[in-house]
Amino acid sequence: MNKPTTAAETRPGINDDIGEALRLRLYGIQFELREAEQRAFDLFLQNLVKGTSHLSLGQEAVAAGFAAAMRPGDLSFCTYRGHAHTLARGVPVEQVLGELMQRDNGLMRGKGGSMHLTSVDHGVMGSYAIIGAHLPIACGAAWRAQYKGQKDVSVCFFGDGTTNIGAFHEALNFAAVWKLPVVFVCENNLYMEYTPIGDVTAVAHPAADRAAAYGLERIMIDGNDADVVYRAAARAYEKARAGQGPSLIECLTYRHSGHSRADPAKYRPEGELEKWKERDPIKIYRQRLVQFGIAEDAIIKIEADVKRRVDEATEKCKVAPMPPPDILTTDVYANGGFAWRN
Amino acid sequence: MAELTYRDAVARGIAQEMARDPDVVFLGEDVAKAGGVFKATVGLLEQFGPIRVRDTPISEQAILGAAMGAAMTGLKPIAEIMFSDFFAVCFDYIANEFGKSRYMTNGQVKCPLVVRTGNGAGSRFGAQHSQSVENWCMMIPGLKVVAPSTPRDVIGLLAAAVRDPDPVIFFEHKSLYPTKGEVPDGEIVDSLGSARIVRPGRDATILALALMVPRAIAAADRLNAEHGIDCEVVDVRSLVPLDTQTILGSVARTHRLFTVEENPRLCGWGAEIVSIVADEAFYDLDGPPVRITTPHIPLPAADILEDLALPNAERIVERVRRSLAS
Repeated sequence: MNKPTTAAETRPGINDDIGEALRLRLYGIQFELREAEQRAFDLFLQNLVKGTSHLSLGQEAVAAGFAAAMRPGDLSFCTYRGHAHTLARGVPVEQVLGELMQRDNGLMRGKGGSMHLTSVDHGVMGSYAIIGAHLPIACGAAWRAQYKGQKDVSVCFFGDGTTNIGAFHEALNFAAVWKLPVVFVCENNLYMEYTPIGDVTAVAHPAADRAAAYGLERIMIDGNDADVVYRAAARAYEKARAGQGPSLIECLTYRHSGHSRADPAKYRPEGELEKWKERDPIKIYRQRLVQFGIAEDAIIKIEADVKRRVDEATEKCKVAPMPPPDILTTDVYANGGFAWRN
Repeated sequence: MAELTYRDAVARGIAQEMARDPDVVFLGEDVAKAGGVFKATVGLLEQFGPIRVRDTPISEQAILGAAMGAAMTGLKPIAEIMFSDFFAVCFDYIANEFGKSRYMTNGQVKCPLVVRTGNGAGSRFGAQHSQSVENWCMMIPGLKVVAPSTPRDVIGLLAAAVRDPDPVIFFEHKSLYPTKGEVPDGEIVDSLGSARIVRPGRDATILALALMVPRAIAAADRLNAEHGIDCEVVDVRSLVPLDTQTILGSVARTHRLFTVEENPRLCGWGAEIVSIVADEAFYDLDGPPVRITTPHIPLPAADILEDLALPNAERIVERVRRSLAS
């Protein structure tokens, strides 16, 4: 299979395997990711988001599709580009924006920051800022499930650039040899950071073309179509739960913004962004809902609800206190403190 | 009570904890079928089966990453990194992941794991298989670091490490594997963060770790017999948590401090202890603290050169004698 699977080939219809309720949910998740991250960008321009941030604008369908196909108890492992995956698991916008704004109401009370969003209660087992580090960690969580006979799946998201670091290859081999219930999701957005992935990779498709090296099926999908993503995710999760081992899925997508807040993305060829914006995942998904005869009112209601929640979260974060000084030295060790001597 | 080698104590310590707690699992390169390259894990596969005792590929990042993911989600993994020198190829987990996850997540993520590793010189393996790298780990917030010197301590400290809720780096000394010691029958559980006075004395305190402990004891015996100098030898055992009370107490009695370190001189653990003593017990001292260390060099392979590099009893005797005479 050299061409990515597309929606047309899977023949969607409103009463198909996904159905209306789930489609509305998929749209709602994607819309929330878009609104929340746009807001994060706006707040950055107002100097209210501190430090760095790495947005997933344009990549929402991947986060929404994989999260929507999960069961409670499934585990997400994310990169520093992890806002979308965190929100998609149901973590409240206020806690995410609060962390980006480094306030006391943030997910980790400002101790982690944008690159380390974690909500164990939601199955978000961390966002990792060292490229590739979390692939072996996801293997370990999957090993625990296998060892204890638990049915949860560990899902590990990363970018195309990760496929060129050693930990990627160690983890893929390890997961395949141990037949672990882990799903590796490569979001190929065409750029490792500033450099086109094709300039620094020996194969055309950084994840899919490597799958065979680990005895895995070559899976490449349209990462801008939430239906396609959802189906690929569901299939991989089913395989993992059935004890059939790992999957590696390359999702073709595109980030609308630069690598991080410092990057205006001037390295992109003229017209590339505009071309991809025609395939904006939220735009095409909204069109599909309309095509399927879903009432405009129902869509507008979802959008209004999301906007209201993002606005409310923003206002709460703006007035939230800064983290108190006394948490500076807490939770270094399990006893809650940081003592290294008696 | 039975006499056991340090090597066999490793297997007994792991077995004690695996028999106690079904969440304890063990992984590493050549640890299962082969029983470990140092034969320190012989019999574990037969006793606990291939689900709990697992051979891995030569993938140190996968080993430590998998241990962390398992620890975060409910297991108590023991991971082996064959030679501590190999920490350099998986240092991300040691330096960036294990000890930071709890803090960064405001206490949400736990990481109760043990990394066992063969540390230290004496095998004539050269610069990439002989290092003492305990100081690489001591400097990282969130980690605990222990290094036993006797078979009994191997079992007791390993049990304490496995039961500890924090990530523990457990340094076994390769040259101690064939050494023997008395070990009580039954379960042995020690505590992390306690040093031990292994030889009481009045005239000087000698702090040592792992292989340097028997060398410090031998030196102390000779200093006493040949020079009438009565040294107290303290086995530091645990670098983090560090038992400063035992160390400061000893210095308060003897008024002299010597550290015997196998790690190369710069930023060795003794430097931190000397700094603490200078800060908090300066007026207890009757003379400058002395650090006896491996020089700031990569380790050579040739036996004659390697023996010159490491502190030995003769060098310790000479430094203590010279220092106390001045």
